[in-house]
Order: sequence, then C-alpha cells, then structure tokens
Amino acid sequence: MIYQDSKTLLAVRGLHATVNGIEILKGLDLTVKSGEVHAIMGPNGSGKSTFAKVLAGHPAYAVSGGAVVFEGGNLFELKPEARARAGVFLGFQYPIEIPGVANSQFLRLAYNTVQAGRGKDELDPLEFDDFVREKMKLLEMNPDFLDRSVNEGFSGGEKKRNEILQMALLEPKLAILDETDSGLDIDALRIVAGGVNQLANKDNAIVLVTHYQRLLNYIVPDYVHVMDAGRIVKTGGKELALELEARGYDWVGAEVKANAGVNA
Amino acid sequence: MSTVLQDLVNQPYQHGFVTDIEADVAPKGLSEDTIRLISGKKNEPEWLLELRLSAYRQWLKMEEPQWPNVKYPKIDFQAISYYSAPKPKKTLGSMNEVDPELLRTFEKLGVPMNERAKLAGVAVDVIFDSVSVATTYKAKLAEVGIIFCSISEAVHEHPELVRKYLGSVVPVGDNYYAALNSAVFTDGSFCFIPRGVKCPMDLSTYFRINTENTGQFERTLIVAEEGASVSYLEGCTAPKFDTNQLHAAVVELVALDDADIKYSTVQNWYAGDENGLGGIYNFVTKRGLCKGVNSRISWTQVETGSAITWKYPSCVLRGDNSVGEFYSVALTNHYQQADTGTKMIHLGKNTRSTIVSKGISAGHSNNSYRGLVRIAPTAAGARNYSQCDSMLIGERCGANTFPYIQVNNPSAKVEHEASTSKIGEDQLFYFAQRGVGAEEAVSMIINGFCKDVFQQLPMEFAVEATKLLGLKLEGSVG
Ligand SMILES: Nc1ncnc2c1ncn2[C@@H]1O[C@H](COP(=O)(O)OP(=O)(O)O)[C@@H](O)[C@H]1O
Ligand SMILES: [Mg+2]
Repeated sequence: MIYQDSKTLLAVRGLHATVNGIEILKGLDLTVKSGEVHAIMGPNGSGKSTFAKVLAGHPAYAVSGGAVVFEGGNLFELKPEARARAGVFLGFQYPIEIPGVANSQFLRLAYNTVQAGRGKDELDPLEFDDFVREKMKLLEMNPDFLDRSVNEGFSGGEKKRNEILQMALLEPKLAILDETDSGLDIDALRIVAGGVNQLANKDNAIVLVTHYQRLLNYIVPDYVHVMDAGRIVKTGGKELALELEARGYDWVGAEVKANAGVNA
Repeated sequence: MSTVLQDLVNQPYQHGFVTDIEADVAPKGLSEDTIRLISGKKNEPEWLLELRLSAYRQWLKMEEPQWPNVKYPKIDFQAISYYSAPKPKKTLGSMNEVDPELLRTFEKLGVPMNERAKLAGVAVDVIFDSVSVATTYKAKLAEVGIIFCSISEAVHEHPELVRKYLGSVVPVGDNYYAALNSAVFTDGSFCFIPRGVKCPMDLSTYFRINTENTGQFERTLIVAEEGASVSYLEGCTAPKFDTNQLHAAVVELVALDDADIKYSTVQNWYAGDENGLGGIYNFVTKRGLCKGVNSRISWTQVETGSAITWKYPSCVLRGDNSVGEFYSVALTNHYQQADTGTKMIHLGKNTRSTIVSKGISAGHSNNSYRGLVRIAPTAAGARNYSQCDSMLIGERCGANTFPYIQVNNPSAKVEHEASTSKIGEDQLFYFAQRGVGAEEAVSMIINGFCKDVFQQLPMEFAVEATKLLGLKLEGSVG
C-alpha cells in the first residue's frame, strides 16, 4: 500500500552488473518505499533473477556500475549475510537443497542468527519448535517438513512454501520473491499469497517477480514494472499487469524503441 | 568463492607445542641390537624377545607396500630412534608423582586426568612417547576383575594372557608395518574383560608423540571373554615438527562368545603445515577377531590429522552370527593424504557387517576409501551393507573409492552404495541469504554429512569430534 509519509527503503540508481564477464543489468533504476508492493515482470532472460541476486549479494555477480541505497546506507558495503540480518530477504526462484541438514536445524540457525544480529532474543530448540509450528500452520505446512533435509526431495510447490516460511520467521524489511508462484497449484497459491499478505505492513516492502497476473489477484501491487534487457523500461499501476497478460511483452519493447528514437 | 572455502580449511594446529622433558632416547637405527636393547630396557621375558626378533627377520624380507594411493619420500628406517622414555623412568604409583611439566601438557591437550578424569568417569592410560606414565582407575576396575594397564606391565603381571593373545589376530609377519611394530613396539595398552563382565566405564588411552625423530610403535591388545563388553576410546595428538614422524601401531581385539567390543578413535596427529611440510605418517594395523558366536566388534574412527593415513580397521567374523561394524569420518586438508577403510572377512554363518564411510577433502588433499568385503564359502547367510560417501570442499582436492567385493557363498547378500557431493557456492549463498556465515554453514553441512558416524561415538567424544572438524576447516571460507 502506498503511504503518504513513508520513507524510502531501497533506491537503485543506474545499476550495472555482470556475470562471467557478460553484462546483464544495464542501468536499472527502482525506488521502493516502505509499505509498498512492487511487481516486476518481463520476458525470460531479461535479468529479473540477476537483479534479485545482486541485491542479495550472490558472489558470482559483479556490480559494474551504479548504486544501491538500502535504509540510507550503501548496500554493497554489506556482506551477503549482513544484508540478510539487515532485513533483505530473497525468496529463491530455485531454492537450494542441503542434504543431511535437517530443515528444523537450518531454520533455527537462520532465525537465531538474524535475531542476534538485531539484538533480539534467540530461541532454544524447544521454544523454536513451538514457534515454527505456529508459522507453519499459517502456510498449512505439514510439520514433517521440519525433520526432512532442507528442500531435499521437496516438490516445487513445497520448496516455495518453505521459502515463505523462512520469510515469516525472519520478518524482513524488504522481501524479494522471485517467481514464488511458479510451481504452485491454485490452492497453494492462495495459501502462500495469504501468508505473504499477513506479513506485509507499513514498515516493510515486497517486490514480487512474476510472469502471471493470477498471483497479483491475491497480492495486489502498487506498482508494476516491466523489465527488458537489464533495465526497467516501463512502470505503471496494477492495471499494467492485466495489459501485459492480454498483449504480451513485445509491444512494450516496441514502445521503448520508439521513445528512444524520439529522444535521440 | 574459493577463497571463502580456502580460508576455512586453514586452521592452525592447536596441539603443536613441545614439552620440555628430558627423555631417555635410544640411538638412531634399527638392528637386532636395537631390539635387544628395547627388550632389555623393558626387562622382557625370553619369549617376547624371540617374537620381536622373528618379526624383525620377517620384516627384513618384506617390501614397503606401494599399493596405497599416497605419495611420500622413501622412509629411512635407520634415521629413526626406536625408543624414547621420559626421565626419570621409575614406575609411578599415583598422579602426584607424575612430572608436573607432563601434567601441564595433558592439560593443554585437554586430557581428562586427575579429578577431571574421575568426574568424567574415564579411566585413562596415557602413552607419552613410548612409556605408559600412569594408569588411573586401576583399582576400581580390578574389583570387577578387569585388567587395564600398559602392555609392558601386562607382560610382567599377566604373561600367560599376553602370550596367548598377542599376535593372535595380527600375526607378526602380517604386513610391513605390523612386522616393524612387532619388532620394536615399546608400549601400549592392555585390557582384559573377564567372562560376563560389562565394563562399568569407558576406557581411554591418550597417545601423544613428543620427541622429534622418534617413531611411535604402540601395541594395544583388548580381550573380551564370553559375554563381556567394553567401550574403548583412543585419542591422539602430536606436536608440530618440520620433519615427518612415523607412527606404526598395532591394535588387536579379541571377542569371545557373546562379547562386545566398541573401539572409538579420534585421531588428530599433526598433519603438516599448509604447504605439506612435516606431519605424522600414520601406518596402522587395527584388526578385531570375532572369535566366538554372537560376538560383536565395532570400530568408529574420526581421522582428521596425520600427513599420511594408511589404516584399515578390520573385522574377522569367525563366530557364527557375529557382527562387525566400521563407522568412519576421514577429513583431509592442505596436502594431507588418506587411504583408509576397512576389511570385513566373513567366515562364520549368518555373520553381518556394516560399513559407513564419510570422506571429506579440502585444500590439495587426497582422500581414498579402500574397503574389502570377503564372504568365505563357509559364510552361509552372510550380509554386508556398505555406504561410502565423499564430500569435496573446493576445486583442488580429490576423493576416490576402491571397494573390493569377493563373494564365495551364493546365499550371501552384499550391498554397496556410494555418493560424491560438493559444498557448492549456491549452498553457501543460501545460508548467507538467511544470515548465516560460511564457517557456520560449512560446519552444519559437514555435521549433517557425518551424522551417521557421530551417532556411534560416546557423547563427549561426539562433541569433541564436532568441534575438531569445525576447527580443522575454520578459516577456509572468507
Ligand atoms: N551464472 C550465469 N552465467 C552466465 N549467464 C548467466 C548466469 N546467470 C544468468 N545468466 C544470464 O543472464 C541473463 C538473465 O538471466 P536471469 O536474471 O535469470 O533472467 P530472468 O530471471 O529475467 O529470466 C540470461 O541471459 C541468463 O542466461
Ligand atoms: Mg528468473
């Protein structure tokens, strides 16, 4: 929701980034204020996941230009784990499997580390067990997932739910959810979206990366951005998503080219 | 990322101090005279001298094994001193008589002696260089008929037992290093659990190599009579030297009908520095004989040290229905090399064995599992299950698995599973994105990987082992 007096949480200016020497992000601009929900759409390969990973600090991606200010500070001065503790959360498009490590252990370590980083109390295994089970109820997750190895053998939809469970535990300031809706059936989509909505408040912000309007029926965005070739090329309200759904992305590209011609 | 992983594996060795105690060291070199000198110093009976000499004569005709997947310069056996005893060498009756310098060493090592030992309920037989310094808890154990003392003492106090069992599982000419050990062994532990007795506490030996250029050749013999059971813990450390030191031990276990022996090792010998300089050559023969029906021998090892590890704790399952187990974690880093595994020799009917091996390689190290499962024609209904997993940290290390399976009875069932995994950048990033730094992430992944083995260790040892792996890998990610 857009609030009159909310402060800027994230300011991305002219961001360039490369992976394996190839430039993927080519001058990306985005401003996110607290309380807002943003949707980023755009064709495959346009750089949406790259943008999300750059914000989170994935070591394979190198920032080659521009700046990102998060809560008034230079985001790139923080290591990935410090960004997470500061409240940057990435819901992975492809959550990683960690064989041999119990989900409950992993979740508790993450929770306690982030809590400690914020000067808050940690939970012992018993306390945490009660706490995490409550959160799992919200997402209608079977507690059996606590005993399994992190994401190992989870279906696509189960992995995504586990991501949102982590979001619920870590209570981030800025949650970037990369295609959290893909792989979810209709019921799961409703449940997961309900979970996200419950977590949204006026002090945090959510950036949804998605291809589909159906998620946006549940989580209504304040802004919809179209990304193409490493930049945000068009921004509109929630109706833009409907238009994209009906007409595809090509017209946006054409419009951008036409404008570029005018400006030249 | 690799710098992250690199740093994590670069952890200084914490037990690398030398204790300044005068030692009674034999001149370097090996000959029949050296052996007579050792035997003489120890006041040994004639039969033992004969055993040593026979081992030596066989050793002279043997070749150093070339088959292990390890590389090292040829060892000059004449450049080693075969005997080193801390002075004064008189027998010590109580802990108060022990050299305080030595006690401080033990303290640095965290050896649970003195009151700590009693609190922990551990009876410790400490081997410092080659002579057993003190044995605690002897009296308490003696009440239930358990003998726990140094092997030299046992030679004098219980010659009939030692003579009956010494070399009965590992014959003096068994292999190159076992023959060498049989010729020159200086001390070690002896443990005898009589019929029907369940040992009321874990027994523990702490080995430590202190003097540069001495080889350490301990000899351990554990006998559990009918229905007896014992859990034995062995821990090892050694100070840092630039030269390599040889450690060639022999451990023999004998389990009679319904007896149960559990032998756990946490080995943290000095592994050499990050460039591969120095470190222990650990060439060890460990073998258990399940002699009686329904007997069980279980080996658990956590191998983190040594420049070279060459070690195959084995079980000979002779008694019908006997059970052999091998649970192993071997971690190599820098330029360490490990060729380790087990042998399960099934002779009796319905014998069962389980092998769980977890190899972790980091740095430039090389880690091989080598295991033999042999089902003899007599072993009807025998079963084996083997699981060998390798984990690689970084790009420059190696892991190999060499399973040898020989099945000579059609009713036997043998299963083998193997896997190789890698701690990847994406896994570490996933942890980082949840606030968790690389060291903690690696430690959690490694502990998950080793879980099946750590579960087999006695509680305090499991905690130690977990910490040790963390330390060994600390600083390799950053
Ligand atoms: N590690 C990588 N190595 C090489 N190319 C990559 C890598 N990661 C992403 N890319 C390339 O970057 C471009 C953008 O990818 P991505 O950010 O995943 O797009 P999106 O999420 O919008 O589908 C694609 O062309 C993709 O192939
Ligand atoms: Mg993507």
